[in-house]
Amino acid sequence: MTARATDSRTAVPAVAADDRRRWFRGQAFWLVAPALLLLVICLGLPLAIVTLRSFSEPQWGWQNYAWFFGTPVNLTVLQRTFTISAWVTLVCLIAGYPYAYLMTAVGPKMRLILILCVLVPFWVSGVVRTLAWVILLQDSGVINSVIRAAGLGSVKLIRTQTGVVIGMAQVLLPFMILPLYSVMKTIDLRLMQAARSLGASPARAFAQVYLPLSLPGVYAGAIIVFILALGFYITPALLGGPRSTMLSTLIQNQVLSLLNWGRGGAMGVVLLIATFVLLALAAPLTRQPHKTGSGR
Amino acid sequence: MASPSTRGAAIDLRSVAKHYGSFVALDNVSLHIEPGEFMTLLGPSGSGKTTTLNVIAGFTEVSSGSLDVGGKSVIGVPAHKRNIGVVFQHYALFPHMTVSRNVAYPLTLRGIANPDREARVRKALDMVKMEDFGHRFPSELSGGQQQRVALARAIVFDPPLLLMDEPLGALDKKLREWLQLEIKRIHRELGTTFVYVTHDQEEALVLSDRIAVFNQGRIEQIGTGRQLYDEPETLFVGKFVGDSTILRGAASTSGDETAIDIAGRKVATAKRLPDGAKPVMLLRPEKLSLARRGKAGQDRNTLPGRVGEAIYLGSGSKYEVVLADASKAIVRSTLDAETFAIGDEVDLIFAGSDVKLLADDEKADFTLT
Repeated sequence: MTARATDSRTAVPAVAADDRRRWFRGQAFWLVAPALLLLVICLGLPLAIVTLRSFSEPQWGWQNYAWFFGTPVNLTVLQRTFTISAWVTLVCLIAGYPYAYLMTAVGPKMRLILILCVLVPFWVSGVVRTLAWVILLQDSGVINSVIRAAGLGSVKLIRTQTGVVIGMAQVLLPFMILPLYSVMKTIDLRLMQAARSLGASPARAFAQVYLPLSLPGVYAGAIIVFILALGFYITPALLGGPRSTMLSTLIQNQVLSLLNWGRGGAMGVVLLIATFVLLALAAPLTRQPHKTGSGR
Repeated sequence: MASPSTRGAAIDLRSVAKHYGSFVALDNVSLHIEPGEFMTLLGPSGSGKTTTLNVIAGFTEVSSGSLDVGGKSVIGVPAHKRNIGVVFQHYALFPHMTVSRNVAYPLTLRGIANPDREARVRKALDMVKMEDFGHRFPSELSGGQQQRVALARAIVFDPPLLLMDEPLGALDKKLREWLQLEIKRIHRELGTTFVYVTHDQEEALVLSDRIAVFNQGRIEQIGTGRQLYDEPETLFVGKFVGDSTILRGAASTSGDETAIDIAGRKVATAKRLPDGAKPVMLLRPEKLSLARRGKAGQDRNTLPGRVGEAIYLGSGSKYEVVLADASKAIVRSTLDAETFAIGDEVDLIFAGSDVKLLADDEKADFTLT
């Protein structure tokens, strides 16, 4: 619709909308001012201070970074942080993909129930959920009781990487399912019928038509989950042991126990830069070259 | 797997039924389609024509009955093993593939390697006149272009049978008419059997060798366009195919003569009916003519009426005449005929031999022999 409407009935609101837009351009800045202020004071400023202190304590220079990259245990933990995050992302993807697909396939009532099941964990505090996992995963916990009852011995879950991955995946699953669902619901399922008529078995139709069209959702969900997992603190701290320490625990240790703001800050900066690099690498993947769904 | 064939496949549906719970989508449908024939399934929405197409394509399993394609039963054969081309109303092009890759897809699935594959893709795109669009994505094409690509994709693997489900339904009239001629040309060039679903009777008449008229999950009549127009077997077919005037009356038979009482006038017919039967009379617009009141000859059937609507069509005129019993007659006249204005008192003239006597669908109280 062009603003140059010939009919006066449509021309009037068009002008009004134009006026409103002009008003926005002048005044809109103040609408975001509170949020911006909050961001600057509560995020930008502390981040700047932390970065500064990573260079200035105990004296000016690169010594904190030299220490970080010169200490093998730090590099092990950094690598483990990425490994655990990758596992969590994979587990979320495997669990979330069919779930999100199911959400697109069922009726509206069932879909509401499925969405609620995804969102309920959001309403429960992370600490409570993690403590619930402690009960489930511990050596005398529910899962091990079942395994023992089945006569399969017992599995060490608590204070292992497996335990950490299970707990984190459960917490982060909604961040995988929601972007997946939002992409999948735009995929025209009739394309699968077309693929079958052209000679594609159901498996090939899925692999060559549905999967490629759902990839933007996979990338979006994977990036969100991976990045959130990198900075996870409570769950790995409570479910993990010394051999599953993540970088966040080391940072907490440096800052709160050793009061070494310089080293803690350097670790934070390393994690932040690693995240940015990853985002930059993944960004082209999330861009969708062509719209999904067939023409109408 | 795919044996290229220049000849089309014959199709045989025998007593096919499809039930969804208590809903009967198809009720005892039998249909034989000759190899290379252009068969149109015509009917209103929900009449079973698309279900029939889906049954042939393998998207829907039958509840009972048999289905042979090319002389072999395909009951239980999954859609992807039937080697049947399908064109959908919604195009169903893969949005993440270029036009070329879309058209190449069925060839890739059949393991046809590149020099051959590329040549066949080009040939198929040539056939639908889309050869310059291979590198484009579907979202960069208009609806008509997308449908032509979809057609190329459905014929590129030389299926012996092509199914089309209202392929032109989403396009505007001009484009539709042009593509109808294109589809006819492609059918002629390929020799493939075409089964075409539409609710548009004009489209069916333009395209088809034969038409099967569907209504409420059954086939009402199968025949050429001319047969359906000239010799409708049921009132539904008469009303659905072409314009028609429908008059209701009571038959009175004395000796060998049957006259039908319509709006107070006795109209002589060629058929003999039981006394008191209530048939429906169907008349095509070009079998009717008009004369000013009282100017018609006494030897012909006439019914008095008043012109309710007069439409100039360029090639002639179309009139809607309101009769004494408030029923409406549609009359088409040629350019050189006398013209009438709205409100003119006229006589509707027709020959008894042009009257089709049919059983009333709702309350048939006799059978025509």
